[in-house]
Amino acid sequence: MTVPKYWREIPQRYRLEAGKCKKCGYIAFPPRQICPECKSQEFETIRLSDKGKIISYTIIRVPPKNFSFQAPYPVAIIELDGGGRITAQIADASPEEVEIGSRVRIVLRKIQEEGKDGIICYGYKAVLEK
Amino acid sequence: MREVAIIGAGITKFGEHWRKSLRDIFVESALMAIKDAGVDHIDSMYVGCMSGGLFVAQEHLGAFFADYLGQSSIPAVRVESACASGGSALRMGFIEVASGLSDIVLVGGVEKMTDAEDVTFALATAAEQEYEVFHGITFPGLYALIANAYMKKYGLTREQLAMVAVKNHKHGSLNPYAQFQSEITIETVLNSTLVADPLRLMDCSPVTDGSACVILCPLELAKKYTDTPVKIIGSGMATDTIALHSRKDITSLRAVSLSAERAYKMAGIKPEDVDLAEVHDCFTIAEIIITEELGFVEKGKGGILVEKGETSLGGRIPVNTSGGLKAKGHPVGATGVAQAVEIFYQLQGRADKRQVKNARIGLTQNMGGSGASSVVHIMEVA
Amino acid sequence: MIGICGYGSYLPRFRIKVDTIAKQWGMDPESIKKGLLLYEKTVPNLDEDTITIAVESAKNALKRAGINPAEIGSVYVGSESHPYVVKPTGTVVAEALGITPDVHIADFEFACKAGTEAMFVAYSQVKAGVCKYALAIGADTSQGAPGDPLEYSASAGGSAFIFGSEKIVAEVIETYSFTTDTPDFWRREHEFYPKHGGRFTGEQAYFRHIISAGKEIMKRAGLTAKDIDYAVFHMPNGKFPQQAAKALGFDLKQIEPGWIVPWMGNTYSGSSPTGLSATLDIAKPGQKIMLVSFGSGAGSDAFIFRVTERIEEVRDLAPKVRDMLDGKKIYVDYGTYAKLRGKIIV
Repeated sequence: MTVPKYWREIPQRYRLEAGKCKKCGYIAFPPRQICPECKSQEFETIRLSDKGKIISYTIIRVPPKNFSFQAPYPVAIIELDGGGRITAQIADASPEEVEIGSRVRIVLRKIQEEGKDGIICYGYKAVLEK
Repeated sequence: MREVAIIGAGITKFGEHWRKSLRDIFVESALMAIKDAGVDHIDSMYVGCMSGGLFVAQEHLGAFFADYLGQSSIPAVRVESACASGGSALRMGFIEVASGLSDIVLVGGVEKMTDAEDVTFALATAAEQEYEVFHGITFPGLYALIANAYMKKYGLTREQLAMVAVKNHKHGSLNPYAQFQSEITIETVLNSTLVADPLRLMDCSPVTDGSACVILCPLELAKKYTDTPVKIIGSGMATDTIALHSRKDITSLRAVSLSAERAYKMAGIKPEDVDLAEVHDCFTIAEIIITEELGFVEKGKGGILVEKGETSLGGRIPVNTSGGLKAKGHPVGATGVAQAVEIFYQLQGRADKRQVKNARIGLTQNMGGSGASSVVHIMEVA
Repeated sequence: MIGICGYGSYLPRFRIKVDTIAKQWGMDPESIKKGLLLYEKTVPNLDEDTITIAVESAKNALKRAGINPAEIGSVYVGSESHPYVVKPTGTVVAEALGITPDVHIADFEFACKAGTEAMFVAYSQVKAGVCKYALAIGADTSQGAPGDPLEYSASAGGSAFIFGSEKIVAEVIETYSFTTDTPDFWRREHEFYPKHGGRFTGEQAYFRHIISAGKEIMKRAGLTAKDIDYAVFHMPNGKFPQQAAKALGFDLKQIEPGWIVPWMGNTYSGSSPTGLSATLDIAKPGQKIMLVSFGSGAGSDAFIFRVTERIEEVRDLAPKVRDMLDGKKIYVDYGTYAKLRGKIIV
């Protein structure tokens, strides 16, 4: 995760900033230039809701190298209220607690670090609403 | 457009080849294909390889492979569509011969994975880096997300999923080129280590070194080289969103059905006309969904199809007689071409212990990432 | 009138019991619990740090303030566990909340009182008319060396306060700081764990500064402990704030709502601020709250607040401290705790 790339993505990672197609309402996260539905190139900037529900999930038991300490951890596809879908970890939850359909709330957490001397990358995760 | 035929094929044994380098493995299957076809020259070359760069720090693979094949002046390009690189290379070769631009085209697929330090990282480049991989998802994880949603929607059982691996290992045990030639049981699958719930180690295709090549030429020239040429009668490709979460329905693989539709249309055939198929079982759940998208069974019934034995050797529509990616192995870029080699051998009647009787029309389906690319080719005895 | 218009806290969900730590080191849990009046403490998850805690506290404060974050003109975060030694915590907080770029940001450091320092400066900015609203946060993920007494109390958590001149829920009546150079507790650069002066940290450090600050602020405000409804003191353990209360003339009932250390542990820069937050969760309009923090090195920041009517309207808009303390908790064993706190050398 190079510095310029991470910095460029801060509005998405910290604030869930997305693009909404002015013509057909398609929600693009991350924002993009061309609407895949109606091909329009006019978008307005919106922020996705910080609440949603789990569409599907899995428990990662064999993690990528820089996530090794965290395994096992749940990762889910979450549909946010009002539109927009993201892939994110479910934080503070044990594998048994996660279900398809569970309601979640988005929080800011550390996603990964570049070793002991690189930058710390923050971003969105989800916690289960009771 | 001219009609195109496959006139020769070559394939290395798939497995962990510590003593062979990327160039060694490619040359081995290329020489085998050239000998099989009996051609004395090659006009052009396409090689499918997902990432020489990330695995062994080697790019510029077109020139690289042409050089080591002793053909260092011919046009040569490396084609990449993640795990669909091989199938995409075949499509490029097909187009070059069909267009009339070249006569003898070598299409190869190769991957050298065991030299890499971080295979998981390299494979993850097929997914959405910033918004999937960044968050800690892996490839088994992406397919596990598909599996969980599919199982909830259609009631697919864990046992039915395991049956795909059991069937493919049974087939693989009959294939001398397969990485794994041992049969397994449903218990083997269900007792293997959990990788990403619900997928276990035995639901996942392995890390493999290997290569496969075919030689293409216009049908009108084919009889010069072989008595049993195989026509490529259909080629279809489609793409879908790179991120799984962007798909409208994560229990479908739309790129597969679209690419198949396009190939069936070009070939002028229907799914019922297909005698056997080599499909992209990177994970067991993939084969279940692919059989539906190819039109072999209706949506949601892929588990019942494998359970009833309809996709086993001797069944209505044998799938992955080679052992599939699971048992044959999955050297990423080689897979798409290896599928074509299997169908070629089958349609020529050279498939030995795993021969499908009266095989006339075969289909290959090669897929990239979590379904963002799919390439389908249909072959027929000429 | 200048005061707090929004307040909020965040505590991680993981907990470890004093029993678990004591058993690990072969100590008697009952004597530790009786001696320090500590029962369990919060533990941050692997993906939490001072920045994530500060952001969640501030989000809760914004919910209660009901203001547009872009109107916040200053963001100050006090901590002794800023994730970077060089690169501010405040900038990530401000980006995450949509406050940038028209904002002044600074990180504060003064052992456990960095949070109240941030509050003091935020309040002063609004009072001076420099900005309409100013955000102050005290948050920490403090460390205690394995086997050291600090291990029973060093915990994680934080609270945020938005100061302004409108929508006030707690007016600032008086402020005062008492500060000296007293080396009672320190950590050198490149050292992972802090060191302290043992019993010296009691009388000459904690008690001298808290009592001096408490006495002087009450004198300046013309109030006694009888005129003030609640007091919140820095809480390194359960006993010290009780002794401080007694020395300043407060009875134990007056410190009770803010006396959360037995279940939270010492969240360092988040300690007295979270005690204040817990007190604001139950205080009635018109009641007065005295807050006296303590930071080793050493100093105490003191505030006296008067709660307004508006607090009843906004109190329920964000989670309360008591709910966080009593809500869903995940207890860990010592091995998990050591892994989460990075005490295992890899």
